[in-house]
Amino acid sequence: MFTPLQYEFFVRGLIVATLVGGLCGLIGVYIVLRRMSYIGHGLAHAIFGGAVTSYVLSINLFIGASVWGFVSAMLINMAARKRKINADAAIGIVTTASFALGVALISRFKTFTRSFDAALFGNILGITNNDLIAIVTVSIIAIIVVFIGYKYLLFTTFESEVAGFYGVPTPWVDAVFSLLLAAVIVVSLQVLGVTMIAAAVVIPPVVAQLLTNSFNKMLILSVVIGALCGLAGLYVSFYIDVSSGASVVLISAVLFVVVLTITSLKQRILSSKMRTPSHNHLDRQIDIH
Amino acid sequence: MLHPTPHEYEKTESIVEIGNVTCGYDGSPVLKNINLTINRGDFVGLLGPSGSGKTTLLRTILGAVDIYEGEVSVEGNQVSGRKRRIGYVPQLETIDWNFPITVEQLVMMGRTSKRWWTPWYQANDRELGYHMMERLGISDIARRHIREISGGQQQRAFLARALISSPKLLLLDEPTSGVDIKTRDEVMHLLDDLNHQDVTVVMTTHEINAVAAHLPRVVCVNGEIVKDGAPNEIFTPEVLKRTYNAEILVTEYMGMKLVAESPHFFGQKGHCN
Repeated sequence: MFTPLQYEFFVRGLIVATLVGGLCGLIGVYIVLRRMSYIGHGLAHAIFGGAVTSYVLSINLFIGASVWGFVSAMLINMAARKRKINADAAIGIVTTASFALGVALISRFKTFTRSFDAALFGNILGITNNDLIAIVTVSIIAIIVVFIGYKYLLFTTFESEVAGFYGVPTPWVDAVFSLLLAAVIVVSLQVLGVTMIAAAVVIPPVVAQLLTNSFNKMLILSVVIGALCGLAGLYVSFYIDVSSGASVVLISAVLFVVVLTITSLKQRILSSKMRTPSHNHLDRQIDIH
Repeated sequence: MLHPTPHEYEKTESIVEIGNVTCGYDGSPVLKNINLTINRGDFVGLLGPSGSGKTTLLRTILGAVDIYEGEVSVEGNQVSGRKRRIGYVPQLETIDWNFPITVEQLVMMGRTSKRWWTPWYQANDRELGYHMMERLGISDIARRHIREISGGQQQRAFLARALISSPKLLLLDEPTSGVDIKTRDEVMHLLDDLNHQDVTVVMTTHEINAVAAHLPRVVCVNGEIVKDGAPNEIFTPEVLKRTYNAEILVTEYMGMKLVAESPHFFGQKGHCN
């Protein structure tokens, strides 16, 4: 178990995967509760387009891709506010168009030296010290935003429009959240890959919601589950030589199935216990008549 | 029965002024030429068929619709910007009951924009929350999840959230929809008590006999204001026909005008009477 820890790249990868897992778990709570689970998947695709464009224009990848992701998230919010367009349709249009732009640029400028495979499927070997610094910075910012904006984020997530009636500046809350989401997805791309981010954002909060009815506990559980899946996923990735994104997601998916089975069984046992007396009561009634 | 005889208020000042307003969404007007004044202490029911614009009228007061013509003011101020002292209770059907929050967390949301610079609710905010929950009889279920309580308790929890900032105007979107008779009566008595404590109440309803007939003032809406007045004045076949686009019989019971349900025989010989 400790063998891979002698490799510097693995230790760095382990820290990054744990942080990214926890970070996706944290932000995922708000995404799942807003019923916008698909936004993680969509934004990752949009940001891929942003990353390619940044590369072509020689702009800093983190800044370019984050701005691109933020603009995409704001466009989705704006489109979804129109009563005639649903959020899922807005996500589909904005993010696919952005992804298509990235693909078009790659096929037009075939002189890329940087491999975009890692961005698609996740590759822990490609993580640099700069990536690590970016992930730590975004994690600290995310914790500060969630702490300071706790009551605003909670109300806006629960009932966005009503929160506005109660004086919550919902456009600002949405803007800050979109910026944070874009930053989280940008720093997660290298570890998880475009195609795997959605599951890392969605599964930990869904598992946490199965385990608790409390918002605060859901936040904590989701972060812990995400971080543990990131950590375990990286070990599995090292030993069986698969991409880090795939192993993190597969471990999360297995955990989801296990928790869902246990909670369903528990519920079934509880409801069968509650049903038994009423059946007897019904039998007695039938006997009497 | 709530108010066999409507109670009288001393009409002092208007709290909502809607002057010649045409409003709607995305360029399509839903309500046209609306003129409505709501005075401090009023208890108003907005009545009309589905899609008639009842909720849009509530949202007009909240400043959440596009206004194409006219002006809306609440307590003398234009309805725009963040500063409002309005309590709002949404339709319970729109709530995500799987959302992981307790009754206490829900009630405290009413204090979110107070002391915006602090991330958490302060001790006096929490004290106020408990006081409000006690007043509405839900303090013993404060730690329960919102899905695990009865319909009446859910309505009280949302009312407590609306009242925690001591609003002078309370807007409710179908507060009696989807609840049983006992809960409906509980909610209406509670609103009546609040109204007697100087809270102006405006609510939408579909229930003519059980709710609207007991209110002091009813506004019939169908894309415009069809009629505004006491139930006994406005519950006439003519007004109800203009409101619902249907023939509706009106009868009288203990001095109250009520809508008579004529017998229908659905499904007989492929048609209904």
